[in-house]
Amino acid sequence: MEVLNTFFIAPVLDMADSPIFLLEVIIGGLMAGVMYSLVALGFVLIYKASGVFNYAQGAMVLFAALTLVGLLDNHVPLILAIILTMIVMVGVAFLIERYMLRHLVNQAQIILFMATIGLNFVFEGAGQIAWGSNVKKLDVGIPENSFEVGGVLINSFDLFAAVTAAVLVGVLAIFFQKTSVGRALRAVADDHQAALSVGIPLKTIWIIVWSVSGFVALVAGIMWGGKAGVQFSLVLIALKALPVLILGGFESVPGAIIGGLLIGVFEKVSEVYWGPAFGGAIEGWFAYMAALVFLMFRPQGLFGEKIIERV
Amino acid sequence: MKLRSLLLAAAGFAIGITGITETDRAYADELFFPVFVYRTGPYAPSGEPIANGFRDYYALLNKRDGGIEGLKVKTEECETKYNTKVGVECYEKLKNKHGGALLVNPYSTGLTYQLIPKAAVDNIPIISMGYGRTAAADGRVFKWVFNFPATYWSQASAFVNYVGDQEGGMANLKGKHIAHVHHNSAYGKEANPTLDTLSKKFGFKLTKLAVDHPGQEQKATWLQIRRKKPDWVFMSGWGVMNQVAIKEAATIGFPMDRFVGNWWSGSDADVVPAGDNSIGYKSTAMHSAGVKAKVMQDIIKHVYGGDKAAAKTNKVGEVLYNRGVYNAALATEAVRDAVKKSGGKKPNGDQVRAALESFTVDKDRLAKLGMSGFANPVSVSCRNHEGAAPGVFIQQWDGKQWKVKGDFVPAMSDVVRPMVEKAAAAYAKENNIKPRGC
Repeated sequence: MEVLNTFFIAPVLDMADSPIFLLEVIIGGLMAGVMYSLVALGFVLIYKASGVFNYAQGAMVLFAALTLVGLLDNHVPLILAIILTMIVMVGVAFLIERYMLRHLVNQAQIILFMATIGLNFVFEGAGQIAWGSNVKKLDVGIPENSFEVGGVLINSFDLFAAVTAAVLVGVLAIFFQKTSVGRALRAVADDHQAALSVGIPLKTIWIIVWSVSGFVALVAGIMWGGKAGVQFSLVLIALKALPVLILGGFESVPGAIIGGLLIGVFEKVSEVYWGPAFGGAIEGWFAYMAALVFLMFRPQGLFGEKIIERV
Repeated sequence: MKLRSLLLAAAGFAIGITGITETDRAYADELFFPVFVYRTGPYAPSGEPIANGFRDYYALLNKRDGGIEGLKVKTEECETKYNTKVGVECYEKLKNKHGGALLVNPYSTGLTYQLIPKAAVDNIPIISMGYGRTAAADGRVFKWVFNFPATYWSQASAFVNYVGDQEGGMANLKGKHIAHVHHNSAYGKEANPTLDTLSKKFGFKLTKLAVDHPGQEQKATWLQIRRKKPDWVFMSGWGVMNQVAIKEAATIGFPMDRFVGNWWSGSDADVVPAGDNSIGYKSTAMHSAGVKAKVMQDIIKHVYGGDKAAAKTNKVGEVLYNRGVYNAALATEAVRDAVKKSGGKKPNGDQVRAALESFTVDKDRLAKLGMSGFANPVSVSCRNHEGAAPGVFIQQWDGKQWKVKGDFVPAMSDVVRPMVEKAAAAYAKENNIKPRGC
């Protein structure tokens, strides 16, 4: 009876007791979910274009944010610093294609995955060597004040992140669905050699997609860096994106957003209402458990392409 | 053939013996301090200033004093990345180098737990200054571990003492509400038993909120704080968790002067991301920050050649830099006592341990160390490895620097010590250790 009360009755009564607070928790979860989506998007882009899970995405976020904040600390104006950082990320994409991907054309996915693990350490090391390991404040002028709407606390920074993510998804969806480069990206993801045989410039496509992924990493770096300071632990936010990808699907841009929002809400609601029954700090664990359960029933994720293999 | 083999064996033996003798002779006038650092990885922002503090204090000793009692100080850093497994590898790698480690400062609670059984076998004292296993304060069970100037439990009790003082007396704690926001790890949970006991003793409500590693996302935690409206928040955080917590506290409008971190949640790096919103945030402290103390001025003069800009770049005066200096200074003084007791010769681990068990740094000695007003006196005994009068300072961030506020706040040793002895007795029983009679 006590178990029933702890795990089922008490949390539901708690929710019913204060619906405004429940709403606040859900909105908080949605806002956190948007932040996860920003990281997940970078994974999706690379996966869509090369069929590889980019282990280095978290390190790319760190590298982009460190470069931006490093330039700002050296009194480079904000807009110019963002442009210069993007140029650096394009340069990085060029180097990745030239020295890593070009040598791995048509290799098994696991080989490409292993290569991105190596890339992760290159980014981590290069970022820290160039810009140090101090915690750096990143202020790009995003408002940080909080306000109440009907008793629900809303933070301007979170709201800005949500709008940014929405715009980013819209732009990326159009890019992938409506442009010839987007179609070429999808063709490359399906089969490197087949894409090459119909005249798709594989090298250019890879540089484009890693550059776009670098741009997404920069946006994620600005948002997460603005929240917690720019520091090495930004690398670890990749862990937050994994359950989002499992839920939303590895090759779906809208899936990254919906997955992020769902994971965000699952996490916060579970932590607030079921956390005390487990001693707290269950949100990370709960997100992975939810993704694992989901994986059993729909391995391709909510919006992923259904896996059909000829035998 | 047989004769040739015998001659070769004899020659090899002779070379070996000579080598050992030469090695011992080579290290006889060197005192080796291994330094475990984490200059890389997610905890580097905290690890770097601590490591610099150690490095510079040992450099100061060699440059200003020619070492310790005429013996040169030898150090070697090993990068642990704040990873327990790598830390154990560092320990194994360095314990016998340069004639053998005189003591170790693990700088990680997880690593300290791993080294406790090893140190007793290797005869190397562990100094876990303000971290590690709290029960190690009972020297009868933990012969080789020293955790002065205060344990996590003493620190938590001193925090409650401080809150009582701020509320106008301990009696006024009844009906108050304190939340403990803690890292979900052995370290983060250390203060919980003390806070539970004190909650019952003084009648305040206690809410414990664990934060998942590494703590980049804490919305759920701070929404609960917003709902439960505690009067005070105590935080046992580390790394990015601290920075995010301070920022989230500001987001929900929690009053910063009622938000107190423990001394691993009160560094310069912790208040950077929140900017002006972190003004008023408090933390416990075992020493003061800044470069006012003479020892800091000596470091700037002798180690940096008076170059204040270089000193600042190396974080001289930051809270965790000063922690490294303070730790290195106390370790040095214990070794100095051991050198004196051994007639000016290099001591072994057991002699350093013996010196630590009668280790006293009073006000005069602090003054000699250039640390007047920098920290509180320490007095360690065989029975009490935490020191006789544990407690904390409270420091507050004013937007530019940390400043100590008010007097030293004593721990409630009458509550904490019996808990320590109970925990140590349980450890002794579990590990078949017969407590010493002291």
